Amino acid sequence: MMLQAAASRLHEVSGTGLVVATALKVLGVFTALMVVVAMLTLMERKISAWMQDRLGPNRVGPGGLLQPAADGIKNILKEETNPAEANGVFFTLAPMLSIIPALVTFAVIPFASPLRVGDAVIPMIVADLPVGILFLLAFSSLGVYGIVIAGWASYNKYALLGGLRAGAQMISYEIALGLALMSVFFATGNVSLPQIVWAQQSMNLWFALPFSVSFFFFWIASFAETNRLPFDLPEAESELVTGYHTEYSAMKFSMFFIAEYAHVLTVSALMATLFLGGWDIPGWQGDDMLGFGPGGEWIGAQPAWWKTLLTLGAFATKTFLFILIFMLVRWTVPRFRYDQVMDLGWKIMLPAALAAVVVTAATVLALDSLGEPFVDVGPSGQLGGITLWGGLVLTAVNAVMLVVVLWVMDRGRVLTGTGSAEEKRRHAREVARARAQARRVPVGAASQRVS
Amino acid sequence: MAINVRVMKRPVRKSSYVRATLQGMALTFRHMAKAAGDRSELTIQYPDEKKQLSPRWRGTHVMEKHEDGRPKCVACGLCPTICPSNCIKLVPGEDDQGNRYPIVYEIDEFRCIFCGMCQEVCPVEAIHVGNHYENAEYTRTEFVYDLDRLMRQEHPVTLLWDPSDPAGE
Repeated sequence: MMLQAAASRLHEVSGTGLVVATALKVLGVFTALMVVVAMLTLMERKISAWMQDRLGPNRVGPGGLLQPAADGIKNILKEETNPAEANGVFFTLAPMLSIIPALVTFAVIPFASPLRVGDAVIPMIVADLPVGILFLLAFSSLGVYGIVIAGWASYNKYALLGGLRAGAQMISYEIALGLALMSVFFATGNVSLPQIVWAQQSMNLWFALPFSVSFFFFWIASFAETNRLPFDLPEAESELVTGYHTEYSAMKFSMFFIAEYAHVLTVSALMATLFLGGWDIPGWQGDDMLGFGPGGEWIGAQPAWWKTLLTLGAFATKTFLFILIFMLVRWTVPRFRYDQVMDLGWKIMLPAALAAVVVTAATVLALDSLGEPFVDVGPSGQLGGITLWGGLVLTAVNAVMLVVVLWVMDRGRVLTGTGSAEEKRRHAREVARARAQARRVPVGAASQRVS
Repeated sequence: MAINVRVMKRPVRKSSYVRATLQGMALTFRHMAKAAGDRSELTIQYPDEKKQLSPRWRGTHVMEKHEDGRPKCVACGLCPTICPSNCIKLVPGEDDQGNRYPIVYEIDEFRCIFCGMCQEVCPVEAIHVGNHYENAEYTRTEFVYDLDRLMRQEHPVTLLWDPSDPAGE
C-alpha cells in the first residue's frame, strides 16, 4: 500500500529540469564515452602485451595510465600529410563520417535504471527513441560510408581495396546481424531498448539463453561490423599496408581509431543490453523497473539513486566482459582470407540465421497455440513478451540448434582451407575430363562422316 | 609459371575450427592471467635494470696502459694485419731507446665486426674488446676511437675463449 502511494507521487521530469537533465546526460555520456575509448586503447595494448608475456606501455603515468593522453597530445601536435592526388573534400569528410555514427549510436542504449531526484524520475538513456534498435542499425551502417569514402578519396590502391572490402563485408554481415535481432523482437514485440531490458527482467531469463543461436550469430556479425580481427580485412596490415587509413596521419588517423573503439564499445554495450539483460542485476527483483506507462503510471520496482549506481555497475561489468572477449579474440584468431569471409557471410550465416529465425518463430507460434501464450507481461497490459516457460522451451530448441551449428562449423566444412579447395578443383578437373572422354567421337567415324 | 603451393590434405573429420579457436583463446587467456599487472618475468626493464653480460661478450674496445699512463701497445702491426674488416689504423713510432709505440692508433667502431681477433693476436695484451654495448654518438666521426679514448674506456675487458678450457671453468 505504501509502495502504491509512493508510486503515485513519482512523475516524469519536465520543463527546465528536463532540459538540464538532458544536457547533463549528453555531456556525461559523451565525456564517459571518450574517456572509456581512450582507456580502451590502453587496455588493448596492455592486454595484448600480457598475452605475449610483455609489459606494454608503463612509462607515462602510474602503470602507463596516462599513455592515451600522451598519444592524444602527440596526434594533435603532429603534422598532417595530405596526398597530392587525394580529393580534398572527401579526404577530410571521411574521418568525420566515420566518427559521428560511432558516437551517436550510444544515445539509444540505456545504461542504468532510472534515476530518482526528489519525486522526479530521469531515465538513464540519452534518447529514449521508440525506434531504438532500428536507429542504431541505421547509424552503425552509416559508418561504412566513412571507410569507403576514405578508401576512395585517398588515391591509393591499398586504401581503395580496403574501402571495397569494408563495403562488401559490412553489407554481407549486416543481414545476418539484422536476422539475429529478429528473434529478440519476437520475444519482446518491440524495438525499444528499455523495453527489451524490461522483457528480460520480467521473464527472469536473459535472452542469451532462449536465443543462443541468434546471440552467437550476432556476436560473429558484430566482429565483422566493427572490423575487428578475425574480420579486419579492410585494414589487413600484411596485405593492404593498413587499408583505408594508409594515407591518413595525425588527428585524422586518430579519429578513425577512436571510431573503431567507439564501435567496439557500442556493440559490446548493445550485446549486453540485448542478450545479457542490460543493466539488470541477476536474481534481484528490486531493480526490475521500466518507467512510465502510457497512462503516466510507474511500472516496476521503485527507483532509487543507489539502484541507479548498482545497475550502472552491472551494465559496465557486462560491457567490459564483451570488450575483453573482443580483445581476446583479436590476439588469438588469425585473419580470414577474403573468400572465406564472403563464404561465411553469404553461404553460412545468412541461411543459418534465416533458419534460426524460422524455427524460433515457429516455436513461439506453437507455444502460443498450445496455450502458453505470447502474453502481456506489463501490469498495464501494453507490453508484449513471452513467459518464463516459453523461454525455457525456446532455450531447449536453441540449444539443439546451437549444437548443430557448432558441430557443422567445427568440422572444417565451413572454413575450408586451401587443401579442400585444391581437392574440389582436382575433382572438377576429373569430372571435366571424364565428360570430354564420353563425348569423344571415334576417329574412324569422324573421317567417314567427312567423306 | 604456376606457383607451387604445398597443400596439406586433411580429411574433413580431422579438421576443426571451433575447438581449435577455443583452445587458442584459453592459451592466450592463461598467458594474460599470468602476466596481468605487469608481472611478466621475461622482460628486462632496460634502462632501469640491465642484463648481466657474458664474460665473453665482445663490445667496444679497450686499450690497456702501464702505470705511468703509456699505452701497452708496442705498435707491432699484428692487429691491423689480422683485422678482417680493416678498421684499425696504426702509425708506429720509435723513441730514443728503440722502444716502439703507436703515434696514431684509431679503431673505426662502425667498421669493426667485433670478432675479437685483435685481442687474440696481440702479443702484449694491449688491445681488448670489452663488455660494453651502449655507445651512441651524435656524429659518425665520433665513432672513430683514437688512442686517448681507447685508454679512457673503463668497462671490463672480454675473456677470450680458451680451447683447453671450453666450458670456461
